[in-house]
Amino acid sequence: MPRRVVIILSSVFPLAAVLAAGAPVPARIEFNRDVRPILSDNCFYCHGPDASHRKAKLRLDVREVALAKEAIVPGKPADSELVIRFHSNDPEEVMPPPDSNKKLTARDKAVLERWIAQGAGYQLHWAYEPPAKPAIPADANAIDSLVARRLAEVGLKSSPEADRRTLIRRVTSDLTGLLPTPEEVDAFEKDRAPDAYARVVDRLLASPHYGERMAIGWLDVVRFADTIGYHSDNPRNVWPYRDWVIRSFNENKRFDRFTLEQIAGDLLPDANRETRIGSAFNRLLLTTEEGGAQPKDYEARMLADRVRAIGAGWLGQTTGCAQCHDHKFDPFTTRDFYALGAFFADVKEPVIGRREEGMVIAPPEQEEKLAALDREVAAKRAAVAALTPEFDAAEAEWVSAATAQPPTGLPRAVAAALKKDPDTRTARDQQVLRNHFRTKVATIGREELAALTAAEQERKTFADSLPHCLVTEAAPKKRAVRILPRGNFLDDTGEVVTAALPGYLPRPDFGGREPNRLDLARWLVSRENPLTARVVANRLWQQFFGGGLSRVAGDFGAQGEPPRNGALLDWLAGEFMDRGWDVKHLVRTIVLSATYRQTSVATPEQLAADPENREFGRQGRHRVEAELVRDRALQVAGLLSPRVGGPSVKPYQPDRYWENLNFPPRDYEMDRGEAQYRRGLYVWWQRTFLHPAMLAFDAPSREECAAERSRANIPQQALVLLNDPSYVEAARVFAARIVHEGGATADAQLHWAGKQALQRTPSASETKTVSALLEEHRRIYRADPAAAKALLATGDAPLPAGLATDGLAELAAWTHVARVLFNLHEFVTRD
Amino acid sequence: MMPFPFSPHTRRAFLGKVTQGVGAVAFASLLGRTTARAASAASARGVVWPLPLPQKAKRVIWLTMAGGPSQFETFDPKPKLAAMHGEPMPESLTRGQQLAQLQGQKLVCHAPQFPFAKFGKNQTEISTLLPHLGGVIDDICLIRSMTTDAINHDPAHMFMNTGAQIAGRPSMGAWVNYGLGSESENLPGFVVMVTTGPGRSPQPIATRQWSSGFLPSRFQGVQLHSRGDAVHYLSNPGQTTRAQQGADVRAITELNREHDAWVHDPEIATRIAQYEMAFQMQASVPELMDLRGEDARTLALYGCTPGDGSFAANCLLARRLVERGVRFIQLYHRDWDHHSLLREELPLRCKETDQAAAALITDLKQRGMLDETLVVWTGEFGRTPMSQDNKGTAGRDHHNKSMSMWLAGGGVKGGIVHGATDELGYAAVEDVCTVHDLHATMLHQLGIRHDAFTVKFQGLDAKLTGVEGANVIEKILA
Repeated sequence: MPRRVVIILSSVFPLAAVLAAGAPVPARIEFNRDVRPILSDNCFYCHGPDASHRKAKLRLDVREVALAKEAIVPGKPADSELVIRFHSNDPEEVMPPPDSNKKLTARDKAVLERWIAQGAGYQLHWAYEPPAKPAIPADANAIDSLVARRLAEVGLKSSPEADRRTLIRRVTSDLTGLLPTPEEVDAFEKDRAPDAYARVVDRLLASPHYGERMAIGWLDVVRFADTIGYHSDNPRNVWPYRDWVIRSFNENKRFDRFTLEQIAGDLLPDANRETRIGSAFNRLLLTTEEGGAQPKDYEARMLADRVRAIGAGWLGQTTGCAQCHDHKFDPFTTRDFYALGAFFADVKEPVIGRREEGMVIAPPEQEEKLAALDREVAAKRAAVAALTPEFDAAEAEWVSAATAQPPTGLPRAVAAALKKDPDTRTARDQQVLRNHFRTKVATIGREELAALTAAEQERKTFADSLPHCLVTEAAPKKRAVRILPRGNFLDDTGEVVTAALPGYLPRPDFGGREPNRLDLARWLVSRENPLTARVVANRLWQQFFGGGLSRVAGDFGAQGEPPRNGALLDWLAGEFMDRGWDVKHLVRTIVLSATYRQTSVATPEQLAADPENREFGRQGRHRVEAELVRDRALQVAGLLSPRVGGPSVKPYQPDRYWENLNFPPRDYEMDRGEAQYRRGLYVWWQRTFLHPAMLAFDAPSREECAAERSRANIPQQALVLLNDPSYVEAARVFAARIVHEGGATADAQLHWAGKQALQRTPSASETKTVSALLEEHRRIYRADPAAAKALLATGDAPLPAGLATDGLAELAAWTHVARVLFNLHEFVTRD
Repeated sequence: MMPFPFSPHTRRAFLGKVTQGVGAVAFASLLGRTTARAASAASARGVVWPLPLPQKAKRVIWLTMAGGPSQFETFDPKPKLAAMHGEPMPESLTRGQQLAQLQGQKLVCHAPQFPFAKFGKNQTEISTLLPHLGGVIDDICLIRSMTTDAINHDPAHMFMNTGAQIAGRPSMGAWVNYGLGSESENLPGFVVMVTTGPGRSPQPIATRQWSSGFLPSRFQGVQLHSRGDAVHYLSNPGQTTRAQQGADVRAITELNREHDAWVHDPEIATRIAQYEMAFQMQASVPELMDLRGEDARTLALYGCTPGDGSFAANCLLARRLVERGVRFIQLYHRDWDHHSLLREELPLRCKETDQAAAALITDLKQRGMLDETLVVWTGEFGRTPMSQDNKGTAGRDHHNKSMSMWLAGGGVKGGIVHGATDELGYAAVEDVCTVHDLHATMLHQLGIRHDAFTVKFQGLDAKLTGVEGANVIEKILA
């Protein structure tokens, strides 16, 4: 009886309880939007997809079971065991149980009750439904009309367009990672043609720096790094893959092809050098060279690593949990996990130990030379082979003579082999004798052998001087893959599985044939896969607004977040596929929208109603990525190298930062000259010791796939921008430009500097603040030339020639001003 | 000190702020549906508030003996193993179990290499290589039945520090600061120091070991260095004076303020606070690192020379950090990985650490701080009772079925031995403890229920103590 009373009370006063707990309970409950998040977070752990952990044989993720067990009685919340249990005061009865540390809010309970009262309708999980591209009126911009529709629903308004300076600063940074030059800003401010903005966008999309900008996010997703990750964290050859990613974006390689080349670049019917470089994707995982590592252990780790990568990069599914048990919240089973891993069981690689050098990456002109050397080696080898009968006869003669009467002074192994009875000689013994005979005894073929050795050596020397890249090569025999019970690699009792696609998603029938990596890749970018296009579109949106339509970019499962504007995400996904996975088209569509062009300055009303900008009634504001912080300072200083691609580079780094690396111990040898001033994305990515300036600005270590970066605001960032020699050097080089190019007066110079660094002229009060600072430092350095020299000695870049004492003081003082500009919130912010 | 245009509410700047990404999501989801105001109050003291349990320890000093010290030469006497020296290890113990470098080798019993002696009121037997720890044994809770999951260094370190063998999880120091907040206004809440100095070829230690993982990066461990800048980029460039640096930071702040008046970006106030914190750190960190103010008796107690980067100096710095309210301090001493040269090298490691570790306990106790400070001494795994002979003179291989470690202070019973291994020391058999149990116990002493201390990550309520379950080691609590 007491149970009943509680229920009646809560259904009489639901709204009061609801309002206390948060957003109002919608009049019409939608399962995916309103109910699934509550059930998933509070109930699925014991009453969800994981069969081994399921309690009372009840699952609430399948309607038939929930109804059969009377947990849910449609239309009758008061009779539903689910409702009775969550209202219970009995600690033995109440759900969720107290020791689960889960608790339903009053709003959660009201939602569930109303849902059951309305018939307890289920929906397929939103992300497993094929994207339904909504129809858009012919003259409307799809993005803008779908955002407007949603804003109207929640009673918000969109924002006016950003001013022109902000707009070009934003779109240049978003598309190339760079700042616009003052000339570009001026030109855009003056260009009043209706297509002025579209022309800027098209110029940026055609820039070689577009690919660099786009690569950053993808390199996080695939955990691209220059080192192996575990233990000794030694280098490996993969940078050509980074350049392949940049090239792919610049050439606007369609995303489906981009996918095929990475997962199966070696298996494609038209496989070539380029697609093989793409297949380095399969080699980007963590590996170990630790002594005492057990092959089975690392085979299991590597399989899991690859499954997580497919989950993170394409499916937006957190597959990792299924290594040990069926997923708690999503229908991804342990079998799905190992069957997905089995696609990669053909990748030829050492499980433990040093990676191979990889494929030689010869630029086209070198490729011909390499091919010529290959032909040369083949010819010499043929010449030697032609002598085989003669060799064999002479060898047999010598061996039999030497067995009868061994010559003196033979190497130990040769003597030992000769001592044996000819019938008991092993293959190894025979090889030893053959080598000895051919290289030391034989008089025939000397010339041919020498020529072969020389040709081989020449080829090797040349090949070694070329870049290499780890790529995927399929082994003729796949490793056997077993389901590991509880993920335990010592347990051999699990069933052997072959490659298969996850059972809960629509998939093709391979007619009994075991599918391979190419099949997997084709399925990932097939129309029937409901996830990939959404996941990619969401990440793109995140890049251009600072947050995705679903804010949990890495999890499109039950524990992720259904997008508030699902229609928009579906439209983007649908458009992406309809246009043949054309990335530039999608990017262009987004940045041309009025939604993208809105101001990022929020009104107090907007901040109150939508503090996190979930409805996109304005643009986002955020500190730019670690790589771009560096690019901005170097660019404004005029130091930034515009070169695209090449080996990773080593900028200044604190001494002894690598002192705790070992096997072998390593000295950090920083680069000199142009390589010191490359863009942030080329910085050497040492997984266990990422460059401290990159780490301070939230660059991920890339040990695991990351669909998003956190954006912390921590004191280490201030220390980097104030004191890291890269930034101090950039400040003094910028200062020299200010002094020489900025004009005749301090005010003019300051205005010039503002245009360079912030793309605007400083206000009167800013000018006053900075002028006072400049004056203070001038006074100090005029009195202390040694201090000026010391500051200006930071970094390798040369000082302007012929500076007298006054000039040094002036330059040092302006270095402080330049440094102040680099440290401004505005400088590191994309608004 | 420079006059500063900072308002009082920008204090506690090290707490910083995260606006995007997993961190923000994790943070928000932990707080559930509380209001923004409650969230900001919580961030000043940590997300676990009020504490569900009495707080016995306020801080942790974790002494990591990296490489995996042998328990047979330190804390776990095994006369039976000595008696069976040179005989095959019983296959009943080893069949089907993991091996590291002994894969495919003959498994032979290897006697403890150094005598043990009895110490303290309970006549606890520990190695004669550790006389100073013997002297404070009545303050120490020795656990002889610890086990771990991993037997390679890198995964074992990850497991000990983060409770998981997969990269990307927060280190325990990050968890503790996330839960409790920092009490220090001008130092990070999680500080890491690694002994510098000569060594053979110690195991590498990755920054991952003190990463904040999926928690906001303000909770990450900050490494203090004994040479060069104690914190990266702490020194001003060239001969820039503190006054000049202050002038620059003041100008940055004024310009940021003015910008904020145009764009109303709440992130700017946080940025201003971070610059204040950075500027404060430029003074507070050198002051912290400067041991010249310590009296000769204290220096002698630890046996250190200021600024030498030794384990002893780091132990003394740990005490100074504790005094300044730093929540979690982790010291690494490397080169305990004795696959070979056990007899030659292990005594050297003992000598480098014994006196200082004991001094830390004595010093904290003298100053009345041991009660509130949990000190933990442990490697990442134990070593085999079998010898390893394939790398030169005899040593021992990695081992995860038995290891010894100890705790002191922080509401843990002193003078006791908890748990035991079988008579050959192959496996823990009595009161077997796991790394998750150790983490659960540490959190318990800090006032946190480990099973309720969760952050949503990849859909799961992620815990320091993992998904398999963990038990507070009740028997060792005072």
